[in-house]
Amino acid sequence: MTAHSTLAFTLYPYARSADQDRTTPAHHKVIVVGGGPVGLAMALDLGLRGVPVLVLDDNEGVGEGSRAICFSKRCLEICDRLGAAGPMMDKGVVWNVGKVFHDDRLLYEFNLLPEGGHAFPAFINLQQPYFEKYLHDAILAAQAKGAPIEMRGGNRVTQVTPDATGATLEIDTRDGSYTLRTDWLIACDGARSPLRGMLGLGFDGRVFEDNFLIADVRMKADFPTERWFWFEPHFKSGASALLHKQPDDVWRIDFQLGWDIDRKAELDPAKIRARVDAMLGPDVSYDLVWTSIYTFQCRRMDRFRHGRVLFAGDAAHQVSPFGARGANSGLQDVDNLGWKLAAVMAGQAPDSLLDTYEVERIHGADENILNSTRATDFITPKSPVSKMFRNAVLDLAATQPFARTIVNSGRLSVPCTYDGSALNGPDSDQMPPRSRPGSVCPDAPTPEGWLLNRLSTGFTLLTINADAPETLTAHGQTIPRLALTTTPELTARYLGSANGAVYLIRPDHHVAARWETYDEAAVTKALARALGKDA
Amino acid sequence: MLITTPNLSRPDDSYARLIATHEGLSEAESHALNARLILILMNHIGDADVLAQAMELARKA
Ligand SMILES: Cc1cc2nc3c(=O)[nH]c(=O)nc-3n(C[C@H](O)[C@H](O)[C@H](O)COP(=O)(O)OP(=O)(O)OC[C@H]3O[C@@H](n4cnc5c(N)ncnc54)[C@H](O)[C@@H]3O)c2cc1C
Repeated sequence: MTAHSTLAFTLYPYARSADQDRTTPAHHKVIVVGGGPVGLAMALDLGLRGVPVLVLDDNEGVGEGSRAICFSKRCLEICDRLGAAGPMMDKGVVWNVGKVFHDDRLLYEFNLLPEGGHAFPAFINLQQPYFEKYLHDAILAAQAKGAPIEMRGGNRVTQVTPDATGATLEIDTRDGSYTLRTDWLIACDGARSPLRGMLGLGFDGRVFEDNFLIADVRMKADFPTERWFWFEPHFKSGASALLHKQPDDVWRIDFQLGWDIDRKAELDPAKIRARVDAMLGPDVSYDLVWTSIYTFQCRRMDRFRHGRVLFAGDAAHQVSPFGARGANSGLQDVDNLGWKLAAVMAGQAPDSLLDTYEVERIHGADENILNSTRATDFITPKSPVSKMFRNAVLDLAATQPFARTIVNSGRLSVPCTYDGSALNGPDSDQMPPRSRPGSVCPDAPTPEGWLLNRLSTGFTLLTINADAPETLTAHGQTIPRLALTTTPELTARYLGSANGAVYLIRPDHHVAARWETYDEAAVTKALARALGKDA
Repeated sequence: MLITTPNLSRPDDSYARLIATHEGLSEAESHALNARLILILMNHIGDADVLAQAMELARKA
């Protein structure tokens, strides 16, 4: 990988900390290792909840090279809760149309056009360095308002010793090494997670025997803002190819190269240009912004929680990029872990609540791994028979709509529903399945703004055409009520055929339980359950 | 439930048509045709459980 050799943005330059001069290790409440998208969001989530958090990263900012480009609606909703979505939307490219080609034939096109009445689109395209920078900008803004977040760049963790009450870390800096003590350690140190290695933990799954050449090119071309995917493209630049628009006139191009390749030769700019020229035609001029060759894996840790050490993001699970589920699912880890850790640390929830982080996010990781494994198998068939069926699907897809439902160039990330979670309470069969307990609250317009913006940072009691007290105080929580009356969107998304609806909503905007009318005892019981007190 | 009791309206006709459909094709073309045919029939059947039973039966036979 060529990334990380130079920095796209220097965000948190190394600065000597007083902790480095201490004779006894300084004690921190939470240390996050890794300042990638997941570590940054984790720090922001905890800091905004008032939990003191220290982030250690071996770099001093964001590496060159984009990696992720597609950020999902749910990811943006989470970033919005964290105060970072505005610049992402301003800079990002919104796209809805995808075209799928086989050889030189357009098989079909699809439109992601989401239903109306949501603050965020299905996807935006944005280079990962911008995504990280905007999260970091939100950290600076939060710090200015007093959020207890500290960033230390140029701090590489070299050793971890976990125990029953936390962990001791050994850290290398340009001024030498020092030791820190923490109550909680969150490992967001990426797919190669050195921490995972230091703890001797496995990371099993499948490696796909294929190499993908990623080239980001800058060009003033009037290709539309659409996702174009080719199976067996006529221009022969790869076994499959992808063209996708990013901000700053940059386009992501992917070529599937096969397994037995000479990496070094393939990274020769002349050779890359030959492939790109064949795809774009001889008359298009462009600059190569960033190129890299990847092999892809789908794998996860057996457990995301090891006592007081929690793993999140690529450190815990890794998927192939087809479906844009890497960073997007990492942000959902953060969403799930932040409020739980804050509640446990505040003594409002039992330690076992953190076990449900693992259960719920393993459920999410498995869903993502399943989806991206299937997409990768479709794009890179592993046997002659599998290739035969794949091509039969493509042949039919040109004329038969049913076959298009089988074509899989990546099922784009949608949030996971925590069906069967121990935190889920009662459901009502009068109400729509899409907002059943465990699911993410669908956004909706309300007279005073977007619904998701109006939910509290803790639990919320949402009522639609139903009576309830203005606040409920129980189990250490003061829960505000958000009282709404019906609109077409709220009826379709929340009410269904019920006359009224009472939703208990978790701090991560997942539905905990729902009823047709308010009953204090029932809501209090569901709250206890959602806090893990019922296990 | 997968139907395994006799269900073809005209078994001899349909079987003869299946063979005739492959006439003049190379082995590779025949395999590709079979693959398309399976996909078309899968869609017609639709039900995932029935399809799973059929696949299991085919694998066992
Ligand atoms: C080609 C490609 C395309 C992709 N496209 C998409 C997409 O469209 N959408 C999407 O959602 N995802 C996509 N992904 C996945 C996405 O890039 C990752 O999921 C995401 O970067 C994971 O974030 P992270 O914070 O978990 O890890 P990383 O981004 O890997 O960050 C880990 C951080 O930890 C630091 N670190 C490591 N070791 C130490 C140590 N010992 N001490 C201190 N710090 C340390 C590193 O310097 C780094 O800053 C793509 C990936 C690739 C390769």
